[in-house]
Amino acid sequence: MSADFTITVSPDFSPDHIAGWYIFNTWLQRKLDVGIHLELYDDFESQRAAIAEDRIDIIYANPFDAAMLVREKGFEAVARPHGKTDEAVIAVSADSAAKGVEDFQPGLRVARTDDPDVNMMGLIMLEPADLHRENIEQQQAGNYVLVAKALLRGEADAGFFLKEAYDDLSRIIREQLRVLITSQIGVIQHCMLAGPRAAELRAPMIAALLAMADDAKGKGVLEAMGLQSWDPLDQEDTEFMIDLMDTLVS
Amino acid sequence: MQDMKASDVAGEYREVTLTYHDGSSRQVLVTENEVPYPEGKLIVSRTDNAGIITHCNQSFVDMSGYSEAELIGQPHHILRHPDMPAAAFGDLWDTVQRSEKWHGYVKNLRKDGNYYWVYATVIPNVRKGEVVGFTSVRRKPSRRRVEESASLYAELLKGEAQ
Repeated sequence: MSADFTITVSPDFSPDHIAGWYIFNTWLQRKLDVGIHLELYDDFESQRAAIAEDRIDIIYANPFDAAMLVREKGFEAVARPHGKTDEAVIAVSADSAAKGVEDFQPGLRVARTDDPDVNMMGLIMLEPADLHRENIEQQQAGNYVLVAKALLRGEADAGFFLKEAYDDLSRIIREQLRVLITSQIGVIQHCMLAGPRAAELRAPMIAALLAMADDAKGKGVLEAMGLQSWDPLDQEDTEFMIDLMDTLVS
Repeated sequence: MQDMKASDVAGEYREVTLTYHDGSSRQVLVTENEVPYPEGKLIVSRTDNAGIITHCNQSFVDMSGYSEAELIGQPHHILRHPDMPAAAFGDLWDTVQRSEKWHGYVKNLRKDGNYYWVYATVIPNVRKGEVVGFTSVRRKPSRRRVEESASLYAELLKGEAQ
């Protein structure tokens, strides 16, 4: 089957689920009877460049990018993952003197990835200590294991993690770290969106995703992606998410 | 909106009659007890164009002390604390009317007469070019900014009383 469309996934997916997204793409092509190419990007910057050049038709998007996709590129809501919201953790080395965020001082060295919604939540959780972009030093790491390593080596004082990624760290690493604060926001979610060229696929895709957990095959694919099922997402839900993100971005 | 009830308030309180921008008034009962902002949470609500609450999240319900049923359909100023000057809300309203984002530090009044401080952001919800309501998100403020705001608001209140 030749690829008529291109799908991509927010680069913050867990490495354990790469195979799952390939399996999902095969499943989706069979369900929709069209050719779809899965293009994965190593980082948000290269993915955003592809979106800017209109090379993406379907995306499992980070909520941070939803405003740009919907308002600038005309993407529309398809579905959102059931029971899966993005939460952030600020962790320190187990022997850090900090007992809470308010113990941090200007000049704090923060290790983080390029995951935009986690970094936004992490910065919000530093605000009670009067810390912000201008008075902390941010160090970008390629993934969450490297964020943890920066803490263990004493190269950073605090690390921003996606909660799910923190929980997936090995027990040995987690035993050498300590969680200072975990967000409990509950409304920031990734979402599946379809672009203008894939508009004809939107309705059949909604139907296929919402029924995905009803059969054994679909369920197996969901498990491989680390998801339980999909919930409906209408355009107003997406607009609300965009408004919410808008209030959080300074 | 109903007056606050003494039976909902624990401990000592003072009584204040608040008059709102729409001309309505309400008797509120105010204690000197602060409830700390919950760590890691966001308080989220939406109102229609008239400032009537249409949606609120669990953190909003928990911190306000009201039930969700008591909040939906009520004006957002159900949380107005008498220590907040009218000028702060005037600025909020002027800003969002220009379709701009408003930020500020706000002291809110709970059903039990206690208070909590937030750092609030309010944005207009624009759909097809029209403002259809407002989304407000509050997060934990820094103590330094709370103390600065408390003294500023006390000054503004003095000015408003004259």
